Amino acid sequence: MTLLLLVSRSLRQHALSTLITALSIALAGGLLMSVWVVKEQSQSTFTQVNTGFDAVLGARGSKLQLVLNAIFHLEASPGNVAAADYEFIKHHPAVKLAIPIAVGDNLRGFRIVGTVPEFFTAVEYKTGTKFSLSAGAPFDPAVKEAVLGSFAAQKLGLHVGDTFHPFHGLVYDEKNQHAESYQVSGILAPSNTPADKVIWIPLHGLQTMSGHDPRVATDVSAVLIQLRSPAAGFMLDLMYNRQGNRLTFAYPIGAIMAELFSKIGWFDQVLTLIAYLVALVSAAGVLVAIYNSMAARRRDIAILRALGAGRFTLFSAIVLEATVIGALGMVAAFAVYAAIVTGVAAVIRAQTGVLLETFAYNHIMLWAPLGMIGLCALSGLLPAWKAYRTDVADNLAPVS
Amino acid sequence: MPLLAIANLHKSFVTPDGERKTIVHVPEFSLAAGQQLALRGESGSGKTTFLHLIAGILTADSGSILVGGSDMNALAESKRDRLRAENIGYIFQTFNLLQGYSCLENVLLGMAFGPGADRARAQAMLERVGLGHRLHHRPRQLSTGQQQRVAVARALAARPKLVLADEPTGNLDHRNAREALTLIRETCRENGAALLLVSHDPEVLGAFEEVRDFAELNQALKETVA
Repeated sequence: MTLLLLVSRSLRQHALSTLITALSIALAGGLLMSVWVVKEQSQSTFTQVNTGFDAVLGARGSKLQLVLNAIFHLEASPGNVAAADYEFIKHHPAVKLAIPIAVGDNLRGFRIVGTVPEFFTAVEYKTGTKFSLSAGAPFDPAVKEAVLGSFAAQKLGLHVGDTFHPFHGLVYDEKNQHAESYQVSGILAPSNTPADKVIWIPLHGLQTMSGHDPRVATDVSAVLIQLRSPAAGFMLDLMYNRQGNRLTFAYPIGAIMAELFSKIGWFDQVLTLIAYLVALVSAAGVLVAIYNSMAARRRDIAILRALGAGRFTLFSAIVLEATVIGALGMVAAFAVYAAIVTGVAAVIRAQTGVLLETFAYNHIMLWAPLGMIGLCALSGLLPAWKAYRTDVADNLAPVS
Repeated sequence: MPLLAIANLHKSFVTPDGERKTIVHVPEFSLAAGQQLALRGESGSGKTTFLHLIAGILTADSGSILVGGSDMNALAESKRDRLRAENIGYIFQTFNLLQGYSCLENVLLGMAFGPGADRARAQAMLERVGLGHRLHHRPRQLSTGQQQRVAVARALAARPKLVLADEPTGNLDHRNAREALTLIRETCRENGAALLLVSHDPEVLGAFEEVRDFAELNQALKETVA
């Protein structure tokens, strides 16, 4: 109890430096946990999210570009796939399902993707879970109707029955409005996949949109593929990528995304290193804050020693004070963490449609607080040693 | 057996020019349980060092300081701390109250390292010194006279056998000095504590039945003069 009284009063006496030091711990701890969780969550989510497809067939080019374009709706399309190629892969015995998509238009920055109704009825974007509608009905491929992803609908403020004019290109330019008008027939329930930020219209509608090249009106941008077996993927990989030279078969999607993360792995390492350094600097801040206040504390220490407090009691009080500052900081660090990851998750959601599970338990949420509190306790050792060595008689002046 | 028995006590310091100088040399001194004694001494005569040695705040070069039968000078530091916390109350000229703590907390800390903090006892002591209505005030919110009263309550809260008072009225005006002195003597008597007070103030010394010259006691002063 006495130790707690000593620590609480000392924290109160040095309230401003306690607050500033604890805040720096909170920022460091929050940053450390955020960097770690966003890194791990991004890697695991983006290598696992594939909206239910095993592979993508597209124009000759980079597999990564193909996956980013067709699955995540991020990159530009590398080119087109001829209708004959689509028909061929669709009827290939190794292929269970082939869904064509066509891209090239947007509505105020949200991509418009042409596809077939099977996308909503036959695809399980997660084992046992198909896309469902929160409102309205799937589009009729024969008319100008659209199904909006939940995020796109929310951001665009569109509801079932509303109409809109598509804009040409993947980047929004108000001068490039198409003449056609589409009516919203349904809105997808949130799936936390890239489909949430897309406006889905019939394939034929996008292929024949006014202003699009009529010579390629039967082409598709890519084909999303479900395979009958993993072995089939390697067989098609050999066929398209090694023996052929017109198309690219991106398989397996998870491995291609993992390759992306390994390419930017150095960036993760730099971020993590910065977070560790910030943590170290904050712990050093605890040391400096307490150490600098030692001159003012000397008299109190001498008085307490004169009252019978042992050297070790006062040593422990200083270490405990540093530990408590660390603990207070790490409690606040969770608020900093929540603020950072909420912001980062919102940006990632807006860019990709994928929602990171940033509030799920991650081992860093245990280790970062323990590590930071331990580091703060360690940083309390030097001032504690100074307290331990304080000369009582010298600091009880005046002497008569 | 006396409560405090000192024999052949020596304490020297190294001066800035490297010379070792004896500050305290007390061949013999004793104080009985409940006795109240004032030591007369001028500034710089080593009175504070003498009290620090008795309290175990300083260690002597040689000699023995028996407090209730335990030799303060022969004990390890942690045991000296314990002996001090359980048996000795100290009243300082500058009060030495902990500014970040309330009056009640100051008194509680006077007990915490000895018999243990007892809130009711701490409160009763503050009421005894007339500060029952200032329990949660900080020292800087009190007058100097009131601060010294808190120091008296703190020194006696742990029911020490011996109270050491080092110029306890040195920072007080006449009226407060007189009141503080009366309070110290009365509370020591009520709690059965012996009192050893050092002062150079004739008025303070005049209040005691027993007064000794520290210059007579401390042979180091004679050795310096010789």
